This record gives sequence, C-alpha cells and structure tokens, in this order.
Amino acid sequence: MSRIGVFTCHCGENIGATVDCVKVAEMCKDIPGVVHSVEYKYMCSDPGQRQMQEAIKEHQLDGVVVAACSPRMHEPTFRRAAGDAGINPYMCEMANLREHCSWVHEKGDATTQKAADLIRVLVEKVKHNEPLHPIKVPVTRTAMVIGGGVGGIQVALDIANGGHKVVLVEKSPSIGGHMSQLSETFPTLDCSQCILTPRMVEAAQHPNITLMTYSEVEKVDGFIGNFKVTVRKKARKLDEKLCTGCGLCIQKCPNKKISDEFNEGLGTRTAIYVPFPQAVPNKPVIDLQNCTYYKTGKCKVCEKMCPTNAIRFDQEDELVTLDIGAIVLATGFKLMKTDAFPEYGYGKHKDIIDGMQFERLASASGPTSGVMKRPSDGKEPETVVFIACSGSRDRAKGVPYCSKICCMYTAKHAMLYKHKVHSGKAYVFYMDIRAAGKDYDEFVRRAIEEDEVKYIRGRVSKIYEEDGKLIVMGADTLMGGEPVVIKADMVVLATAVQSNDRSEELAQTLHVSYDSYGFFAEAHPKLRPVETNTAGIFLAGACQAPRDIPETVAQASGAAAKVVGLFSNDELTREPIVAVVNRQAAPVYSTCVGCFLCQGACPYQAIEQEEIKARSGEVIMTLARINPGLCQGCGTCVATCRTKAIDLQGFSNEQIYAELMTL
Amino acid sequence: MDEKFEPKITAFVCNWCTYAGADLTGTSRIKYQSNVRVLRVPCTGRIDYMMVLKALHKGADGVIVSGCHPNDCHYTSGNYHARRRWMVFKKMMEVMGVDMRRITFSWVSAAEGARWAQLVNEVTDQVRALGPYAEFRQIIGAGIE
Repeated sequence: MSRIGVFTCHCGENIGATVDCVKVAEMCKDIPGVVHSVEYKYMCSDPGQRQMQEAIKEHQLDGVVVAACSPRMHEPTFRRAAGDAGINPYMCEMANLREHCSWVHEKGDATTQKAADLIRVLVEKVKHNEPLHPIKVPVTRTAMVIGGGVGGIQVALDIANGGHKVVLVEKSPSIGGHMSQLSETFPTLDCSQCILTPRMVEAAQHPNITLMTYSEVEKVDGFIGNFKVTVRKKARKLDEKLCTGCGLCIQKCPNKKISDEFNEGLGTRTAIYVPFPQAVPNKPVIDLQNCTYYKTGKCKVCEKMCPTNAIRFDQEDELVTLDIGAIVLATGFKLMKTDAFPEYGYGKHKDIIDGMQFERLASASGPTSGVMKRPSDGKEPETVVFIACSGSRDRAKGVPYCSKICCMYTAKHAMLYKHKVHSGKAYVFYMDIRAAGKDYDEFVRRAIEEDEVKYIRGRVSKIYEEDGKLIVMGADTLMGGEPVVIKADMVVLATAVQSNDRSEELAQTLHVSYDSYGFFAEAHPKLRPVETNTAGIFLAGACQAPRDIPETVAQASGAAAKVVGLFSNDELTREPIVAVVNRQAAPVYSTCVGCFLCQGACPYQAIEQEEIKARSGEVIMTLARINPGLCQGCGTCVATCRTKAIDLQGFSNEQIYAELMTL
Repeated sequence: MDEKFEPKITAFVCNWCTYAGADLTGTSRIKYQSNVRVLRVPCTGRIDYMMVLKALHKGADGVIVSGCHPNDCHYTSGNYHARRRWMVFKKMMEVMGVDMRRITFSWVSAAEGARWAQLVNEVTDQVRALGPYAEFRQIIGAGIE
C-alpha cells in the first residue's frame, strides 16, 4: 500500500481566495493511499519545502503530490526538495490548482471540488510512478548565435571571452544588424557606428568566434548539449580567402541602379556589393536577381577586373553540419512598412518615410551624407511632422502592443532634424510619451524644451499632397480635440516593430514557442526571460519583444551567462522521460514482435534494431530498442506500438489509465 | 435527466502547447467553466485513442484532445501522428455509432490562452446540451463488465 502525502498550497491569495484549501486538504485525507494531507500558505517557500521534507521522513512517505501552481513552474523545485528528503524525485507530482483552477474559475464549491479532483487524479498517478534516474549526456562546448546584430555580437563576445567556441550565423552579408544603420542613438546622441563597428571587428577577430555571414540555419536536430545544426552558406560567388576587399569590382560593376537595402531604398548600389563600407567581413557578394551575367549570360566585368581572381560564378550554396551545445536566438525585428497605412497614402508619397529611412537620411554615412534632404526632390524640408504609434497600439489596423522604442527615437529624430535645420519646424503627434529608462524622460524633455519640438497629443487622420506640400490633418486632444492642419515637407512615421520575416519558420525549425505576433516565447516572463521552453536554446534582444539597445545588450549578456553556465558542466543530466521497450526472460524476450512501426513514427531516429542471439550465434528474433540518449520522450512510438511493448517512463500506460479510472 | 446536469469533460493535452496555453489562460485570468479535468501528456502523439474511450467509459461526457498546431510540434511530428490516428479513429467511431459531438480534436498553442477558454466553454456548453453520455457506458459496460 502506498504512503502518499498531499501538500496543498494557498499561494498567498492566488489559490486560497477561490479554493477552500483547508477543505481540500481534509477531502484528500479520504483518498485511499493518502496518509498525510496538509495545507500551507506558501509551499514553495523555504519553510513550506522544509515542512514537506519533514513530513516525508516522519510519515515515511513514498510519494508526494504538491497541489500548487503549474508543474511548468515549480516541478523542478519540489522534485529537488523531495529528492533531498530521501525519496526518488520522480515520485513527486504536481497538481495545477492555480493556472488550471483558482485563476480561471469563480469561488465556489465546484472550484473546490475541481481542486480536490485534480489532486485525486495525481495521487492515482503517483501510486503508479516508478523511481527514475536522470540520464547523463555529454556537452559540446560550442555555442551557436543566430543573428549578428548588436545582441548577437554581444552574446558571441561574452561567450567567447568566457573561453568557449562560438559560431555566429548571420543571414545578410555583414554582421551589424539594424544598429549599423542608425545615425545616432538615444539618450546620449553618440554615433551608432562609432560604438558598434569596433565590436563588429572584435567579434570577427576573436580567436574563439567563427563568423558565418550570408548563411542561414536550415535544420536543427538533437537536444541540449548535443545539437546538430545544418547551416546553408549561401554562395557569395566569391572565394573569400582570395578576396582582399579592394572594391575594384564594385567600382566597375555596370549595374549601379539597384535599390539599396542598407539605405532603406533611399540610395543605390551595384549588383556586386558590400552592404556598407564598414561591413564585417568586408567581402562583396553578387546579387543574383540583379547581376547582368545571371540575367543575360554576358558581362563578367567583375571577374575580369578582380586582381586576385576571386570571383567564382560557378560557386554553389554549401551545407555545413556543426556540433553545437547551446543556441542563442538573436534574430531581431523588422519595421512595419509605410505602405501599410491607407490614410497616409499607402507609401506612395516619397516624402512620407519610416523611422529607419530617417536614420539613413540623418546618418553621415547615408545617401545624403547626413545633410537633411527630402527624398522626392532633394530640398531641405522646412517643416517635418513625426507621427508616433504608427501601427503600434492599434488593434484595428496594426498591432495591439507598444513598440517601446518609438517614443524615444521620435524625440531623437526631431532633435537631430532641429540640430541640422535650425530654422526648421518639427511637430510630433503622439498618444502618450513612454520614456521609461535611465535619462530617457530627460531626453524627451530636452527635445521639447531646448530644441523646441512641438508635441501635439492626438492622432493624424489623413495626409494628402497639395502644391508640393503634404497636408497633415490631425487633432489636438489636449485642446478639446481641435483640428490641427500642418503643411509639411516631410512626414516620418514611427512604424510598429514587428517580428522578423520568417521568424515563425525558424521557431519551427528549432522547436521553440512563439507568440501570435511571431516573437519567440520565453520560458517564464519574469524568472526565465532569456530561456526558451526548449532546453539549451536561449533568447536575446528584439526577437523576443520590442527592445532598445541597452536592453538588448543586457539580455544578450544574460543569455551568454546562461550558456557559459551550461558549458561549465562536464556532463548534463536529462529528464529520464524516455520510452523503453520491455524485456522479459527467455523464451519470450519481449512482447515486441519486431514490426518496427515505431521506427517510422520516431522523429529522432532513436529506435534501433537489436538482435537476440542464441549461444550458437543464430538470431532468434529482432526487437526494437530505444537509445535513451536520443529519445526525447514524446511517446509517439508508445501509441504506435501494436503490442504495447513500448512504454514511456513518467507517462506510462499504467499511470495514465490509473488517472483515467479515477475521473 | 438531472435538472442541473453538469457534464464531466476530460481533456488530453500536450505539455508544450495546450498545457502551456491553459497556463496562459490562468496567468491572463480568463475565466471558463470548471467542468474540465486536464490530463497532461508529453505530446498528442502519446495519446492512444483507447484512452479517450476509457475516459468516456469511466464517466466523462465529453473529451477534448488538443496539442500544437501543425508545424509547431515540440517533437517535430507527434501532432501529425495524432492527427492521422484521429482521422481513422473518428471514422471508426462513426461507424460504431459513437456520437462524435462528444469528442473534440483541436489545436491550441502556448500563446492562445483565450482560445483555450473559448474551446472549453464551447465544448462544455455543447456537451451540457447533449446530456450525460449514459448510452456509451451502457453499450461498453455490457461488453466489458
């Protein structure tokens, strides 16, 4: 007969307010097998855990059910506590009274009854639990960082400085990300490239960092400490070892009128190009869509001009498979385009631009060398309107969340404009000013007070063109909603921050969760913000949610610390939630009949064929065997098995049916 | 029929998507009806549909099976196996005369807290309207016991 203890937690008011915990604890005493049932204000606290440990010893419990929050939250905590008290940690289960009961139902008998039911089910499960032992696996001490923006660079440098190898994968031809496009950064107004490019060079020259630019992650297999990552190295059409980065090919390329992505379409580039002069690595790529040779079969000027004969028109994409111990995602964000706004002219007006385009206009390395010129006719704009929350906090047409960085960069843009055009007028339409951060509000106040930027609280309903001017029709809600009409020369939309293109696809490749906007999901919003729910995969920066540079860098260092911590172990312990094929004494050997349907069902190729041989060496039968190092414990093979020869430890047939029988 | 019939609903959910989604429902404090009892499995691929029948046999009036959306499976393809089995199971149950309004197959991701509440409410209302599933227990019970 089992000796099971039930520990019901009030979680302060979180459970106690809707579930009658005292009554639940009383009800649980009547469940067969339960010898001890108590409730406590905070089970997870030190006295709470100690109470449980003492009860385990005093009542010689052989199984424990903790009725508290989600097992996804505190299962490791209570299993560790149970283990310390001398029972097998896997004899501890959690009933989810908080997320699945008290928080989602009204106070009443039905809710209390449900709480007791949830516990009863888990008590039945624990009765059928088997002591399990964690599986030890080796660690490959090489990290992969996906995304070479400021976040990815920081992660790579921190891990590399910790003494471990890092592979930094970037999809575009150069590392640097969005930060390399910025002119100056808030709240200090220091030049973005001046602080970033040394970091880029440091990453490229670090002996522990391998850069893989113009590369994308194609496939990820394996698990924490032992990932196998396949990376597609896109063909640059160039031998990187021979190329010296002299730039002669770029000068001579006849195709010069291609819209430049780095300058957000405000400038032009050639078909063989380096995204920007400070690119790392400073090696060109050939843009296959626009290269004359790939379009017409004739040209090859770059090949003829190259002094080191580095051009390779026959180069193909290359697939490289790497052994990786931990992965950090730092894939960043994208900005909503101006064509998403019908009321602002669907992006048809050249002088209605987004924030990143303004950055390029203001940047000394930009298409205008930092001189304020509007895109349509190159004239200096005398009046500029900035519209914050373009698409953000807009449930109807945009995204419901706050993009977080726009208030600050809009203040910065208005300031930069006023610094460049002293006589100019800058207006900002805003909903609220959200300037939480060190020196942030002071910065916005400076824009308003010292640089005389006019802040108007209200939305803009329409912009149209008339006599070479953009007529901005808005309202001032602090003046009782009075209409405001401004004749502007240029309009800058602070468009919403969105998850990057194909981030959902990447999440699916890596098996990490993502939210409905395509941002990657953290394991816990407060306590595990840099981890994903997939062990060994971490997050940094705006791929998780809109973030500014200081936050991205801080999170990047956090993720790096997690990786270095992981790599400080000689071997990792894994949950023993794996499938097992039963074995019995001769002459039965197993109920497995060797149909190997399970092999086809297994997503991890964890099922092997094992030959049972007689002493003569003759093969008696071939049975399935599961490699516990590869098995991830999904249990698909268990449901596939026709003879029920496979069972999943921790979620065995016996356990699940025991749960069902008590419902 | 009992005047105030409250159905018993059993939900088989995967650990990574729907269980996490139901956790999010809680974190978001979205209220739903308390008839559902959740059984956590690692993956919908783990679900042997005999379990669904067992649940109905042991007193459930309705069953929910829910996991990750196609492509989102934590284990790459477990949900596809679940879906394939579901197609066969559903056909077979229809032939056998089991009322398929009792069994709901759905996808709820870890981000869809509101969707979980909606699903539970829909299923609970539907099963409440259908009444207790005594019929199933009579047939099965006659065979087994």
